[in-house]
Amino acid sequence: MRNTAMNMVHKLATRDERVLYIGSDPGAGTLRAMSKEFPKRHLIEGISEAHIIGMSAGLAMEGFVPYVNTIATFLTRRCYEQVAVDLCLHNLPVRLIANGGGLVYAPLGPTHQAIEDIAIMRALPNMTVVCPCDADEAARLMDQTLDWTGPIYIRLGKGGDAVVSKAEHGFEIGKAILMRPPGDVVMVTTGIMLQRALAAADLLAAQGIRAGVLHMHTVKPLDAETLLQAIQGTKLVATLEEHVPSGGLGSAVAEALIDKLGFGLPAMLRLSLPDRFMHNYGSQDSLLKKHGLSAGAIATSIERALAASHTSSPQLHST
Amino acid sequence: MIQISPHAEAALACTLDERSLYLRRLVLGSVRSAGRGHVGPALSLIEMVRVLYDDVLRIDPNNPRDPARDRAILSKGHGCLALYALLADRGFFPLSELDSFCGPDSILGGHPEYGMVPGVEASTGALGHGLSIGVGLALAARMRERTYRTFVLLGDGEINEGSVWEAAMGAAKHGLDNLVALIDYNKLQSYGPTDYVLPLEPLADKWRSFGFAVQELNGHDVGALRTVLKQIPAVPGKPTAIICHTVKGKGLPAAESNADWHHKNKLTDSELDAIRVAVGDF
Repeated sequence: MRNTAMNMVHKLATRDERVLYIGSDPGAGTLRAMSKEFPKRHLIEGISEAHIIGMSAGLAMEGFVPYVNTIATFLTRRCYEQVAVDLCLHNLPVRLIANGGGLVYAPLGPTHQAIEDIAIMRALPNMTVVCPCDADEAARLMDQTLDWTGPIYIRLGKGGDAVVSKAEHGFEIGKAILMRPPGDVVMVTTGIMLQRALAAADLLAAQGIRAGVLHMHTVKPLDAETLLQAIQGTKLVATLEEHVPSGGLGSAVAEALIDKLGFGLPAMLRLSLPDRFMHNYGSQDSLLKKHGLSAGAIATSIERALAASHTSSPQLHST
Repeated sequence: MIQISPHAEAALACTLDERSLYLRRLVLGSVRSAGRGHVGPALSLIEMVRVLYDDVLRIDPNNPRDPARDRAILSKGHGCLALYALLADRGFFPLSELDSFCGPDSILGGHPEYGMVPGVEASTGALGHGLSIGVGLALAARMRERTYRTFVLLGDGEINEGSVWEAAMGAAKHGLDNLVALIDYNKLQSYGPTDYVLPLEPLADKWRSFGFAVQELNGHDVGALRTVLKQIPAVPGKPTAIICHTVKGKGLPAAESNADWHHKNKLTDSELDAIRVAVGDF
């Protein structure tokens, strides 16, 4: 996914002279071909994220479309005020390409694990937040970034993620994609949780449970319309995210449902990472498994929640 | 023991001409109307802004977004009263707007906002942002082969921020000789002396070692400012840093070098009387 997104920057640069690549201190050879073809538009500016965001704001004020790229945690935590003030307050078309969204850098520990990035980026007015699920979708997304108004945060997965997106579904920023028709449950996913949701849906189908999958690649602006259509008649809305429980996809979906439905909210299950830093290493996959986000664990959680929703009264109760 | 720069001594002794007094009356009129404002940081800055807007910047108040204009960013956004006075005086918006400072429907907030105030290039207020934005503007000029220059006004307290030094390295890397950093070195930040809060000296050496051509002067000396600002770049191929030795609260004896005047709320009758004595009736 990452290589595809990077190569797309080069392609976009070929198409449009406004496109710049700005890296901090990326891996050796990142976008080498672009650096040869467009040396003036391939900028490596050092481990100075706060400065890079301000500088990209200045370039965007003059009509450029900078694609700023580094590791997700550094692109969000380190320079949050610059993102808020320089990019969002001025509503400038800077694209933040975040490598290693979620637990991609599992072995490198909590400094490199972007587990709250969706929440803090989503909180900023004017920011758009997109989490593609695979390389093909990353390419379709990048293709749409040239003329989008305002800043975009693009949360990339590791690379090598199974390709599950389909060209026939198309891609539009802010428009969710229904991957499986709604059934007893609708799973709402973002990023690479889509692959797990589809696998969980197969497991559930084997148990006779019809599971829909709605891919909410754009967490902000959230496609509430498609969400409401997808959950018609379902018993359970389950959100899946590689993110802490606060402020991410689950929160965004809950907010949208409260805003649109008020009373009569559907039963909801939010599956996420816990509200704590990870102190285990291993791999993205092993950490997701540990926290109940393997396909099997997702299917089990949903089965249990469905069973509980049959027996529970509609009254609110405290635990 | 840090040696006191002769420019700092000159700044203390420097007398102000009628235009400088007039601009102070505009600033203090805004403070009187709003019942609040950053007084000290604006008064140290006035001559720097005055010379920029009167003599240096290629700007057209009737066409504030002219692509060919020079860009100026007030990175120390809390000094905005000085900028507002100059912009109003130069006709970017009516002088009467100054009386609405910080009002509910005013275009003039306690920090300047892009899109709200004609002539303001960037929203500032959070410190340490302006020089990076300036690097972007200056680099864009280079890439687009445009001749506009970019001037960034920084506070001395502001340059505590590490991002300023990241930006300085970036400016030097690109050899942005179309970029000028002006440092309002009044030596007094919100809490107290810069030397106490976070010592900056040797300041000129710092900028020099970061790759800038450095000039130092008395920041209230209009003639010296004109001379230096009309010779940009100071050294071809290098960004310029102009360290302007100034006096916080310059022009008001009670406010000069007095941290209590960093931000003032309602001015008392006796303070208003003292201001009239210092800068004239307003």
